[in-house]
Amino acid sequence: MSSSSTAADETTTAVHRSIAVEVGQERAFEVFTEGFDSWWIRSHHIGAAEMDTAVIEPRSGGRWYERGVDGTECDWGYVIAWEPPERLVLVWQINGQWQFDPALVTEVEVTFRPDGDARTHVDLVHRHLERLGDAATQIRTVFESEAGWPGLLQRFAASAESA
Amino acid sequence: MGYQATLEVLADPTRRSIVERLHAGPLPVGVLAADLPVSRPAVSKHLRLMKDAGVVRMTADGTRHLYELDLRTLDEVRRYLDGFWEASLASFKDAAESTTKGRTS
Repeated sequence: MSSSSTAADETTTAVHRSIAVEVGQERAFEVFTEGFDSWWIRSHHIGAAEMDTAVIEPRSGGRWYERGVDGTECDWGYVIAWEPPERLVLVWQINGQWQFDPALVTEVEVTFRPDGDARTHVDLVHRHLERLGDAATQIRTVFESEAGWPGLLQRFAASAESA
Repeated sequence: MGYQATLEVLADPTRRSIVERLHAGPLPVGVLAADLPVSRPAVSKHLRLMKDAGVVRMTADGTRHLYELDLRTLDEVRRYLDGFWEASLASFKDAAESTTKGRTS
């Protein structure tokens, strides 16, 4: 992982999201990782085929990928920190054109902070978005394209509004 | 400015090089040009085009003009991923809370 970035940088180059879940820390980590396929939104896949399974392999260096209904696998990135039940760091290598790009390294850090036995605060930071570079502009072209993912965006909007 | 113009802007290797150099921060045209295998007037012309397409913008540092990446594009990516992770975490919460059996710590 590279050099430090300032707090000011992070406000423009990272996304922060938190949620409280009414389960213990260990369970929260387990559902997030082992149970990844059970909650990952099915339409969030990059393969040509419909997604069959989404997987986070449970170890440092493990793969993060999807398997399509036709059996093909598409990498999304890999695990760089596997610290159950407290912390998980994934490398996200999906570029602005929704393709795996091995040269692209953005980081998704997820921490699980216990609040008693039956509640956990889950904090997610997706950082180094500046590395999407000119892909940033390409993502916009996907948004604006009618052939893009309009349905997906609508679902995001709906879910954001009902949350 | 539509996406086709933006794509056209980024289809050019010199302009992509300019975007890469500006990732590190704002630069004056002279520094950008010194780094690139094209003339300074050519770089200025590229920058003008990129400015019109909303890829870069110009700021002033005293009497110097600096070019920087227009963060509107980055901000859109950020907003998009913000919504993406918000929806994903909500789905995770549902899954975690609907399967409360299993270990408790």
